[in-house]
Amino acid sequence: MNLLAAEAAGVANEVVEATSGVIGLAWLIPLLPLLGFLAVLLATRSLGERAAQIALVAAGLTFALSAAVAVAVIADPATYVREMPTWIDVGGFTVTFTLLIDQLTAVMLLVVTGVGFLIHVYSVGYMHGDGLYARFFAYLNLFLASMLILVLGESLLVLFLGWELVGLSSYLLIGFWFEDRGNATAAKKAFITNRVGDVAFMVAMFLAFATFGTLEMVGIIEQAETVASGTAFALVLLFLGGATAKSAQIPLYVWLPDAMAGPTPVSALIHAATMVTAGVYLLVRLSPLLVMTVDAMEVIAYIGAFTALLAAIIAVRQDDIKKILAYSTVSQLGYMVLGVGVGAFRESIFHLVTHAFFKGLLFLVAGSVMHAMANQTDIWKMGGLRKKMPVTFWTALVGWLAISGVPPLAGFFSKDQILTEAYFHGYGAIWIIGLLAAILTAFYMSRWFFLIFLGEPRYGEQVHPHESPRTMTLPLVALAILSAVGGLLLNPVHSGPLYRFLEPSVGAIGDLPYAPFGGFEESVLIPLAIVAAAAGIALAYLFYLRRDVRMGAMAEPLRGPLAELAERRFFVDEAYQAVFVTAGAWVARLVVWVDTRIVDGLVNGAGATSVLIGRASRGAQSGLVRAYVGVMVLGAVALLAVLIVQVV
Amino acid sequence: MAIGYYFAVSALLFSIGLTGVLLRRNAIVLFMCVELMLNAVNLTLAAAARMWGGPDGQVFVFFVIVVAAAEVVVGLALIVNLFFRRGTLDVDVPQLLRW
Repeated sequence: MNLLAAEAAGVANEVVEATSGVIGLAWLIPLLPLLGFLAVLLATRSLGERAAQIALVAAGLTFALSAAVAVAVIADPATYVREMPTWIDVGGFTVTFTLLIDQLTAVMLLVVTGVGFLIHVYSVGYMHGDGLYARFFAYLNLFLASMLILVLGESLLVLFLGWELVGLSSYLLIGFWFEDRGNATAAKKAFITNRVGDVAFMVAMFLAFATFGTLEMVGIIEQAETVASGTAFALVLLFLGGATAKSAQIPLYVWLPDAMAGPTPVSALIHAATMVTAGVYLLVRLSPLLVMTVDAMEVIAYIGAFTALLAAIIAVRQDDIKKILAYSTVSQLGYMVLGVGVGAFRESIFHLVTHAFFKGLLFLVAGSVMHAMANQTDIWKMGGLRKKMPVTFWTALVGWLAISGVPPLAGFFSKDQILTEAYFHGYGAIWIIGLLAAILTAFYMSRWFFLIFLGEPRYGEQVHPHESPRTMTLPLVALAILSAVGGLLLNPVHSGPLYRFLEPSVGAIGDLPYAPFGGFEESVLIPLAIVAAAAGIALAYLFYLRRDVRMGAMAEPLRGPLAELAERRFFVDEAYQAVFVTAGAWVARLVVWVDTRIVDGLVNGAGATSVLIGRASRGAQSGLVRAYVGVMVLGAVALLAVLIVQVV
Repeated sequence: MAIGYYFAVSALLFSIGLTGVLLRRNAIVLFMCVELMLNAVNLTLAAAARMWGGPDGQVFVFFVIVVAAAEVVVGLALIVNLFFRRGTLDVDVPQLLRW
């Protein structure tokens, strides 16, 4: 295996302090959108809708700067550290806002700001006429700033700061139309589910600080080889816990489908292209630590694989144009996590990039369709939009083929390379699960595409679909081009340009005990992946296109218990509702009972006892002078009697 | 002369006073009965002082007389006010300090 040999070589970056040049200005990258956020909020009153242009400019500038930084890193690859002011300094614990810029950061910067900028442009058209137009752009800028803090932070705590801020902006944007109670609930669900993962992340940071004495990425990665295997196992699983929430993996994926309540550009930017990949980024960033514990990596791989499969099965029976894409996103994130687990770090990042292109594109297509169809989201009430929306149709075609894994589009290369790595690293079961999920991916995306754009129209007379404005179609075209050629340009083969670029910044897997699962070479595996994609598309063609799917003939052809289960999402939401929400309410009720009955009871009991004593003894205060005298005399007599008895 | 006679008279006086305080309802009679009890005690003190030949008991008697005079001032003022406000001298009528 010359492939494994090449990986074993492994070249490490040298750490360089960046003080001047364009990398020295990297701190402006998160600052620009942050200032944009504040400026839009402040200027909305005086400028109205035009305030949004500030956000657009901020996003554009930060994209340009990110591109310049990326070019600088490509020209002279190293791990650049840009010193920044101190944030926290107590005792032996110091956290600074220092930035870490290496090859991985460069790739993430380009994806985040590139897709981010395109979606800013798209939103100009999509959100036009919304009452809170300017505020939407302010939030988008806030998200961009948060995500860039996450990507650039050199300290785990700064990364966590960005991690929390993206969670906040996600919450604000999911609940953007908060007048509708459902949207507000979805936002709350996303926020709370992410808190669960945050607990794991925080415990992981405590453990990391106890182990390494620092939260700085460079320090942790330097010491990664010295850490005991048990500690590494615990650390990796805890970080995985954080990643499962942010990147929507089993068991914490439930918030992502609900997050589709937000405006569609938000779904594209946050819940498909960027924020949800933060967990994958975190794991890859810590990959030098991951390679110390192959057992934990196996856990990661299986979580990713099962997520990919489960979400793909659910996606087959969803009818909402965005819900299908949401489950598809969960599934594709499963591929990335799977890739990290089987040691395919660079392949995961590659898939992250291509996924940002084609899934961002597909969401924007969905937005464009909803825009044209008066916010209709049921794909059974669409159909035949090919003629009405030519640009949306052709870009959707590219996105569909890309995610289905049809060569030579982007999704084919990245997904296939993850699966190939799984195979060559000996994870046969995961490879098979991945292939199954690939067939399902091609199937449900073809169903999505066929039912929306092909066949006969199934919408009523009162809907008049039309092509979207230029600001919306331009980002579509840009992303379609990237989805079409992105894979081919970046990394058509193993150890392509992207992999050679990323290699020094990820963990070396040369020492891991990997052996191929079987005797297949890539010349067999690649055709197998293509066959899987073709099978999925062909099946969908038989079910949804050749069959007469017209007005009135909308019945779902897939039947049976599994299909029912998929439609009901395997009752996972209901189970969580029963186990966590209802049981939690019971616990709360019990605690309330203890508080009101026992704690308050003690306090009230003290008061009640005093009242009782008072009530019993108040009879003595009759107010009759002669009664008092009588008692006094009796007392005196009693005293006298005692005295006499004592003397005698 | 045996001290016992003095003490017997004193005890008799005290008992009459006490009985009056306990049984009568007229505030003025009550008050007089209290005076009777005080003077019974004074008599005891004076007799005992005479028996022991010391001045202590007699000094005490003067104190009791002075305090009793002050008490009469307060007490009569109370009784006058009681009569003005309630139109009665019955000590069972004012029960404001009852629970």
